[in-house]
Amino acid sequence: MGILDVKDVGKRFGGLKALSDVNLSVQENTCHAIIGPNGAGKSTLLNCLVGKLIPDTGSVMFDGQSVLGRSPHEINQMGISRVFQTPEIFGDLTVMENMMIPCFAKRDGAFRMHAYESIAAERDLIEMAEAMLDDVNMLDKRNMHSASMSRGDKRRLEMAMCLVQNPKLLLLDEPTAGMARADTNNTIDLLKEIKDKRDITIAIIEHDMHVVFSLADRITVLAQGTPLVEDTPENIKGHPKVQEAYLGESH
Amino acid sequence: MLGLDKKDTTLLLIVAVLTMCAPFLLNPFPEGSGMAQFNAGYPDLMQRFVIFGIFAIGFNILFGLTGYLSFGHAAFLGVGSYAAVWMFKLLSMNVLPAIVLAVIMSGLFAMLIGFISLRRSGIYFSILTLAFAQMMFALAYSVLTPITGGETGLQLALSDPRILGASATAEGNIPVPALFGLEMRSSTVWEVGAWKFTFNTGYYFCAVIMLVSFFLAIRIFRSPFGMMLRAIKSNQQRLRYTGLNPKPYTLAAFVISGMYAGLAGALMASMDPLAGAERMFWTASGEVVLMTILGGAGTLIGPVLGAGVIKYMENIVSKINSDILHGWFAFLPDGLEDFVVAIIYPFIGKGWHLTLGLMFMLVVIFLPGGLVEGGQRIARAFRRGKKNEAPKAASTEPAE
Ligand SMILES: Nc1ncnc2c1ncn2[C@@H]1O[C@H](COP(=O)(O)OP(=O)(O)OP(=O)(O)O)[C@@H](O)[C@H]1O
Ligand SMILES: [Mg+2]
Repeated sequence: MGILDVKDVGKRFGGLKALSDVNLSVQENTCHAIIGPNGAGKSTLLNCLVGKLIPDTGSVMFDGQSVLGRSPHEINQMGISRVFQTPEIFGDLTVMENMMIPCFAKRDGAFRMHAYESIAAERDLIEMAEAMLDDVNMLDKRNMHSASMSRGDKRRLEMAMCLVQNPKLLLLDEPTAGMARADTNNTIDLLKEIKDKRDITIAIIEHDMHVVFSLADRITVLAQGTPLVEDTPENIKGHPKVQEAYLGESH
Repeated sequence: MLGLDKKDTTLLLIVAVLTMCAPFLLNPFPEGSGMAQFNAGYPDLMQRFVIFGIFAIGFNILFGLTGYLSFGHAAFLGVGSYAAVWMFKLLSMNVLPAIVLAVIMSGLFAMLIGFISLRRSGIYFSILTLAFAQMMFALAYSVLTPITGGETGLQLALSDPRILGASATAEGNIPVPALFGLEMRSSTVWEVGAWKFTFNTGYYFCAVIMLVSFFLAIRIFRSPFGMMLRAIKSNQQRLRYTGLNPKPYTLAAFVISGMYAGLAGALMASMDPLAGAERMFWTASGEVVLMTILGGAGTLIGPVLGAGVIKYMENIVSKINSDILHGWFAFLPDGLEDFVVAIIYPFIGKGWHLTLGLMFMLVVIFLPGGLVEGGQRIARAFRRGKKNEAPKAASTEPAE
C-alpha cells in the first residue's frame, strides 16, 4: 500500500479508450514519474486523481480514503496539490496575492467570510508566502502583475502556490514544458531540495528525460492508456519495451 | 484611519467633504441667471445622486470584483422599497426600522435568486437574473397587487395602522417619514446674495448612509474576501484546485450587493413614501450596469461617479430645450444660429439618451477602466508634464 493507490482504473471518451486497467501505487515520500508518448493518457490519469474526471471503472485511494466522487477543492484539502500542463494562476492578481490565496485556503479549510479584516493584518500568512517566494527566487517580483510574467515564471509561481500549502502529494503535469534550460535546471534543484527538506510525495509527468532521471525514484511507462512497465530509473533506461514504445521515438 | 491605508483614507475623506458640501458645489450659478438651469443642488436630485450611488457601490461589489454581470438587480431595489413602505404602513414613520427590514428582505431574496442563478456563469447567469427580475416585476403588477398595490403602486393611507406611530397627524394628514422626529423633507434655505443653497435633512441622512456604505465597500475591497472575489474573476479553476469552492464566495457577494440595492430602495421610499413596480423594470437594472461601467467597474469611486453623471444628465441635460439653445446662440447670425441649434438639438432634451449612449461607447472603447481611468490618465499626464518642467523634483508617490 502506498500513499496513493490506483486500482483497475479505466476511462473512455466516447469510443476512445483513454485509460484501461491502470494499476499504480505511489509510495510515501518518493518521486514517481509517469512517462509515455503524446496521447498516452497521462493527463487523463492525473485528472482522475484530482476530481476533474471520474473514472468509469476502478478505485483511487489517497491516504486511506477514496477520492472518487469528491470535488477538486475537497481533494485539495485532503492534501493533493496540482500543477497544470499550462500554468494556471490568477492572472489579474499580483504575485503576492497569488501566494496569499493558497495560504488562506489552507488555513481556513473552506469558505470563510473575512470581509471586514484587512489582508495586511495577516502577518503569519504573509511571512509564509514571502518565505516560499524566496525559495523560488521570486521575492523581487512580489508586486508584479502575474499575467505579465514569462511562462517560466508563471510555472514557478504556480509551483510555489502549490508548495506553500505543504501538500502530502504534489502532482506535476510537465512542469518544465516551455522553460529555458536554465529554468529547467532551477526547477530540478528546487524539486530536489523540496524532496529532501519536506515529507512530500511527488508524482510527475514529464517528457524531458533529464528531469525524469534526475528526480524519479520510480518510473511508470504509460502507452495507449495502459502501464507498460514500472521500475527504477536504471532498469527503465535499458528496458527494450520502453526503448521501443517511448524512448525510441524521442532519441 | 478606521483600518484603511493612507490612500483609501484620503479618498474617503474627499468623498465625505464633497458630499457634505454638495448643496454648495452643485449650485455654483446664481439664482435667475442663464446658467441656473445647470444647478443640481436641489434636494430631490441630490438625494438621487447618493441613493443611486449606494445602489452602484453595491452592484460593483458583485460585478466589479467577481465579474458576474447581474441584469436583475433592480428587483432588490424594488423589494427594499416595498418592505420600507410596508414598515411605514404597519409600524411607524421612523425610517430606521424600514431600512432594517428592507435590507433583510432584499438579502433573503438575493440569497434565493443568487443560489439559483449562480448555478450558471457568463451570459446564462445574466439571463437568469434578468428572468427573475422580470418575473418579479410582472408579479408585482398583477397577482401580488394586495402586497404591491399593482399599477398604482404602494402608497400610504390615513387608515394604515402604524402601531408604534399615529395613523394620521393632528391636522388629519398622513404623517411623513422621519428619523426620531426629524422630518426627511424638511429643508433649510440659505440665501447669499443671488445664490440660494438648500440643506435638506433627507439628503444629509442619505449622504451619511452612503459614506458608511462606501467605507464598508472599501473594507470589502481590501479584505481577504475581496481578494477571493477577484481570484474568482481571474481563474475559478485555479481556486478550486487551491482548495476553495468559489460558489459560497460569489453567493455572498451577490447577497451583499442585493442588500445594498435594498438599502437604496428603502432610502427612496424614505424620501418619498411610495413604491411602484416600475422600479424593478429591466431598464432600471440596466441603468446600474451603465453607471458602474461608465464610472469604472472594479474601482472604488467609479460607480458613484457613474451614478452622478447619469442622474445629472437625466435631470439636467434632458431639460434643455430648443428655446434655451436659441437663447445661447443668439449672438450668431440667424442662419448660422439655426444651423448650430439644429446640430446640437438631437443631443439634448429628450435626446439625452443619445448623448449618454455616445459617451458610453466612447468610454467602453477608449477607457475600459471608465471615467476613473480617464482621471488617472489625466493625472499621470500632468505629473509627467511637471517632471519635465522640473526634472530635479523628487519623485512623487507611484501613480494609482
Ligand atoms: N476531455 C476529453 N474528451 C475527449 N477526449 C479526450 C479528453 N481528454 C483527453 N482526451 C483524449 O484522450 C487521450 C489521452 O489524452 P491525454 O491528454 O491524457 O494524453 P497525455 O498523455 O497527457 O498527452 P500529452 O503528452 O500530449 O500531454 C488523447 O487521445 C486525447 O485526445
Ligand atoms: Mg498531457
